[in-house]
Amino acid sequence: MTALAPPHDVETTPPVTVAAPAPSRRTGSRSSWLALAPFVVYTTLCLGLPTWALIYESLRRTDPATQQTSFTWANLTTAWHGFYLTALWGSVKLSLITALISVIVGLIAGYAIVTSRGTVGKQLVLALSGVLANFGGIPLAFCFIATIGTAGEAVNLVHKVAPDFALDTFTGVVAVYPYFLVPLMVLVIVPTLEGLRPQWREAARNLGASTWQFWRYVGLPVLAPALLGGFVLTFGGAFAAYATAKALTGGTVPLITLRIASVISGNVLAGQENVGAAMSINMIIICGIVMAIYLPLQKRSARWLQA
Amino acid sequence: MVASLRRFRWWRLAVLIILGIYFFGPLVAAFLFTVHNTRLHTWSFAPYGQMFGAAGFGASLRMTLWISLLTIGIVMLLMVPTMLAIHLRLPKARGIVETICMVPLVISPVALVAGVSTVLGWGLNNQGSWIFRLDAQLQSQSLPLILPLIDVVLVMPFVFRALDAGLRAVDIKTLVEASRNLGASWLLTTWRVVVPNLRTALLSGSILTLALVFGEYTVSSILGFTPFAVWIVQDGQGSGQLPIAVSLLSLLLSWVVLFFVAFAGSRRFRVSPASPTPVSSAVRSI
Repeated sequence: MTALAPPHDVETTPPVTVAAPAPSRRTGSRSSWLALAPFVVYTTLCLGLPTWALIYESLRRTDPATQQTSFTWANLTTAWHGFYLTALWGSVKLSLITALISVIVGLIAGYAIVTSRGTVGKQLVLALSGVLANFGGIPLAFCFIATIGTAGEAVNLVHKVAPDFALDTFTGVVAVYPYFLVPLMVLVIVPTLEGLRPQWREAARNLGASTWQFWRYVGLPVLAPALLGGFVLTFGGAFAAYATAKALTGGTVPLITLRIASVISGNVLAGQENVGAAMSINMIIICGIVMAIYLPLQKRSARWLQA
Repeated sequence: MVASLRRFRWWRLAVLIILGIYFFGPLVAAFLFTVHNTRLHTWSFAPYGQMFGAAGFGASLRMTLWISLLTIGIVMLLMVPTMLAIHLRLPKARGIVETICMVPLVISPVALVAGVSTVLGWGLNNQGSWIFRLDAQLQSQSLPLILPLIDVVLVMPFVFRALDAGLRAVDIKTLVEASRNLGASWLLTTWRVVVPNLRTALLSGSILTLALVFGEYTVSSILGFTPFAVWIVQDGQGSGQLPIAVSLLSLLLSWVVLFFVAFAGSRRFRVSPASPTPVSSAVRSI
């Protein structure tokens, strides 16, 4: 201890030099908080204010006779009933079906990609998935209309298999959504499939496991978080989609996004804006639940990828 | 072993063929639809030429270009200093900023636009005030400034991830410290040191923004404006081939651009194309 003491005494100057930059660092950190100010102001105005407006309007109702506004739960309860519930249920049903299709097809496609040998082809397919998953919307809907719409090039082929098929119905939307959801699923599942080590399979086989047993006790449990995460993510994607459904059906299929849009565009009775706000709140709640399920799952499946 | 391998290959081939038909079939059919007249059995590329002369084409395209430029400008001016601050000085604030940037993924565009239209409606209540004038200005039919303002929010998740990847790829802290020690101001450091090192990130962020703005239909159509994506639909109700031709072109163009970003991104930052950037964006313009 005594041997160490002198250097301490000698170095009385460094604390001084260290102390000198300290205030400047503090002012520096104050100015860096200032650097966040534009971001905070912007998001408050363009994201916070509209969200608050939705909450506020969904809790308010203007009496048509007296023009008196009062706070009420009525809009929120209305948005869970009848006509509005049908739209919400339609969206949930559509999202569940298309998410299920996309998870299964995406898993098979992902497995085919991962087990293929060429690296260039693999990269190409992944890049293509990134592109396909992104920008569907109007152009995609139009391509399908040109293909299997009423005057489409291949509509006769489809009618041979399914005579009643029409693109502007619920079934039609179900046929189109996987176009952007399957690539999304491929992007989610491929990293996890790549994390599925061949050694695990060899180990299982050496211990006498059959293929089925390997998948039942090793493969699927490892894949489960990614599969569930992919399901939730594709569900969210289908649930929030608007442009594709609008262009395909013109708004005839009851979906919550179409219903909200027609309320805001003013195609309905006055006073419905508040119910529109309440429907939007419902949507945000469902999307929020989706994200709350997805994020922990993503972390969990990320664990396997690092190992 | 050999037999099982061969069987395996056939299985994969079948999957790829079915998926190929599903994913490329509509594109091919749409192309045939635009060049083939089924009644007269004639072939012509006329729809691709007609597009440029169609009413409203120029105006809507100009509006979309302006909106994209403004969106890219605002989002970069906003996000570059913010990302720099959280990388260099405020790692504590990272969680908050990231969460805020990801909020647009939870609030779907339809819900966001419902809120925005409510706010815009409030502004129109008090006639003559500065809020009223600002509100009217934001909703000008020729260049609705509200659209770039909302689009910035919609692209925030992607710009955040692009810049984050870019800042991680270079040792930005050392570079900035070196520049500051040599006496450069923050502004000069940002312009001469940070921006050149983030070139690829800025480029890919801007291109993603451009692609999103070009395809953005939900917000514009609900608020009643006619940029390019809305014009395609409006013009498409009557005549058959033209809208398909336009959307096919815009689709291919944005795919080429995104494909380029996906490849450039994966090479430069070693981010696999399976990174969260493309994944989460599916919630967007669709």
